[in-house]
Amino acid sequence: MHVLILGGNSDVGAAIAAVFARKQGAFITLASRNMELGAKKAKDITVRYQVEARAVSFDALDYDSHVDFVVGLESPPDVVVAAFGYLGDQELAQQDFQEARRIIETNYLGAVSILEILARDMEQRGRGTIIGLGSVAGLRGRQSNYIYGSAKGGFLVYLSGLRNRLHKAGVQVLTVLPGFVATKMTEHLDLPPKLTATPEQVARDVYSAFRFKRNVIYTRWPWRWIMTVIRSIPEFLFKRTDI
Amino acid sequence: MRLSGWGRFPWCEARVRSFAQAGEAASFVGREQPFIVRGLGRSYGDSALAQDILLTRRFNHILDFCPSTGALSCEAGVSLDEIIAAFLPRGWFLPVVPGTRFVTVGGAIAGDVHGKNHHSAGCFSSCVRSLVLLLPNGEVRTCSPTDNRDLFTATCGGMGLTGVILAAELALRSVSSSMIEQKVVKARNLAHTLELFEEHGDAEYSVAWVDTLAQGEGSGRSLLILGEHAPGGPLRLAEPKAVTIPSWFPGWLLGRPVAKIFNNLKYSSISANGAQGVVPLHSFFFPLDGLLEWNRLYGRKGFTQYQFVIPKQGGPEGLAAILSRIAGSGLASYLAVLKLFGPANANMLSFPMAGYTLALDFKISSGLPALLHDLDRMVREQGGRLYLAKDARMEPAMLEAGYPGLAEFRDLRRHYGMDTVFSSLQSKRLGV
Ligand SMILES: Cc1cc2nc3c(=O)[nH]c(=O)nc-3n(C[C@H](O)[C@H](O)[C@H](O)COP(=O)(O)OP(=O)(O)OC[C@H]3O[C@@H](n4cnc5c(N)ncnc54)[C@H](O)[C@@H]3O)c2cc1C
Ligand SMILES: NC(=O)c1ccc[n+]([C@@H]2O[C@H](COP(=O)([O-])OP(=O)(O)OC[C@H]3O[C@@H](n4cnc5c(N)ncnc54)[C@H](OP(=O)(O)O)[C@@H]3O)[C@@H](O)[C@H]2O)c1
Repeated sequence: MHVLILGGNSDVGAAIAAVFARKQGAFITLASRNMELGAKKAKDITVRYQVEARAVSFDALDYDSHVDFVVGLESPPDVVVAAFGYLGDQELAQQDFQEARRIIETNYLGAVSILEILARDMEQRGRGTIIGLGSVAGLRGRQSNYIYGSAKGGFLVYLSGLRNRLHKAGVQVLTVLPGFVATKMTEHLDLPPKLTATPEQVARDVYSAFRFKRNVIYTRWPWRWIMTVIRSIPEFLFKRTDI
Repeated sequence: MRLSGWGRFPWCEARVRSFAQAGEAASFVGREQPFIVRGLGRSYGDSALAQDILLTRRFNHILDFCPSTGALSCEAGVSLDEIIAAFLPRGWFLPVVPGTRFVTVGGAIAGDVHGKNHHSAGCFSSCVRSLVLLLPNGEVRTCSPTDNRDLFTATCGGMGLTGVILAAELALRSVSSSMIEQKVVKARNLAHTLELFEEHGDAEYSVAWVDTLAQGEGSGRSLLILGEHAPGGPLRLAEPKAVTIPSWFPGWLLGRPVAKIFNNLKYSSISANGAQGVVPLHSFFFPLDGLLEWNRLYGRKGFTQYQFVIPKQGGPEGLAAILSRIAGSGLASYLAVLKLFGPANANMLSFPMAGYTLALDFKISSGLPALLHDLDRMVREQGGRLYLAKDARMEPAMLEAGYPGLAEFRDLRRHYGMDTVFSSLQSKRLGV
């Protein structure tokens, strides 16, 4: 099994790679912009799990390079995990369009660009799994992060359409909806410890959803209920809230 | 973020940053603002606490492993749990492990931790071939017992006060089984306990669980637990299923009456002839790791672990006096672990020395300071000292009295400019 992690240096992505290496003895490709860190992570996986692992260079925003990137892979991947993402700074994004653009392009456009190419290939081969890291932030816009949320929201709709399209071809598309995860992305935030997962917990949830051919999962599970409540608040009330 | 050590006392509001590459750590050091490094926070007191904290959790890559010699090189944030999970199934194990596997390599070096085999294997530093240290000026040095020896002997046991340990090369040892042949021997009282330690001096692992509530005749009664690696058998990771203690666990449950019952049950669970069996390595070395967050058992106020060592000479009388003071105090201690240490090593602030070490858990309570104050005096009179990795409350004079290497350590800190960059609540409290 060949598992390609797009955003292989992301804490969640690296944890997912580790689970596939441990449980499946999978061959791992870590794709990221930071090759020094990527190579270190690949070596770590090789030594720990006695599997093959490689780091390759990948920039989600360099759209023109994506076809060559896929052609250059050692073998067509059986599982693709889109784990890259950029939280950005909401306040800055309100002032500076460049920040807003970076958030939207990284979380949405970049994902669409690379996944379309990989999806076509899986569709032709008639098998494979695409795992997309969305976010509960994409389920309802909030003042504190709606630029990021809207990009993730677009990505969620994209994944559901892709799932619909690839179902016939026998390709699994798994949408992952993490709540809070303790990673470098959220290190500067004061997250409630009880609702914050570790990357390893998220990875275990993702792996079992992969095994059970699930479509959409929340991780950790309480987020399903939290989001049910948040989504059910009528807009005339929601606009007055401060969450 | 509000943080504490394992004892959940004291707490501190901290700004926390982590890193995945050495360069990020170097720029953190370059800010020249005092901070302390933190691993998995398994030290009990305030040694990994400060207003600014650099976490090694994400700096946890295994760098290389040689399957023929067992040489492992890894970053400081790798935990002993991760090392055991990766290498025990291949027949390799750490030569020294503390009572929990949820500590980092950096923490194990900075505390120069010891295990049940200190009498034969020494401290964790004895399996460290070399370590890579980030200095206050951003320079990175490889230190070993032969190269940069001053930095090596200061950093092993140096409680994070000499720099950021970035990586280490460890010498793993080969084992042919993941099982331990365990023997439990029952000791009637303190004299009997100490006698048994001598009698079983050639056992690879030895430690005694002492019933600190027993008074009079039976004072110091204990279960001596001995172990050897089984010569053959499976090489499997049998991780016991973990249970998590909830955050609302009421601390009063673990008061003296319950402790008394618990200790009696535990002591009488073993027949006078002792017991023998083969147990998985995890339950032999890490009996508490199956209870996740067991530190919540002591309730909201938290607890402290008091661990001292007193020299072998005069040790029996010293221990007897200390045990009787504790039993008379009315304060309960569930975990009281006694061990006979081997000789001290050359590291400036390493805790172990030839003698008896006793570790006791106490719930924080109003009567506790007075008791610990008395114990301090008794330990000092015996020429003993307290373990920094457990300490949250000792006074500077106690440290001065117990650690002859302190002056050299302070000089080295000043010389390299470490004293203005690396500082914990503990180092401030103790004026290190
Ligand atoms: C249940 C339990 C049982 C234990 N049993 C034993 C035992 O049998 N024997 C024993 O010796 N100890 C024992 N301990 C104590 C524990 O082994 C030590 O406190 C150890 O240092 C904790 O490691 P950590 O990674 O959690 O470090 P932390 O608690 O996070 O930090 C401890 C110290 O190490 C420093 N440090 C951590 N990482 C680095 C780094 N990369 N560079 C520089 N400094 C660093 C910190 O600054 C701090 O001073 C036990 C603890 C528990 C909770
Ligand atoms: N953490 C959370 O609380 C949380 C919650 C919900 C959803 N999520 C989502 O879960 C996923 C993983 O998050 P995480 O917390 O693990 O993130 P992370 O550790 O911050 O990693 C994000 C990674 O994205 C990569 N990246 C950013 N821009 C890129 C680009 N243009 N091209 C290629 N890679 C790029 C970065 O890689 P390099 O810089 O190394 O190339 C970085 O390693 C993300 O999609 C995130 O949005 C996270």
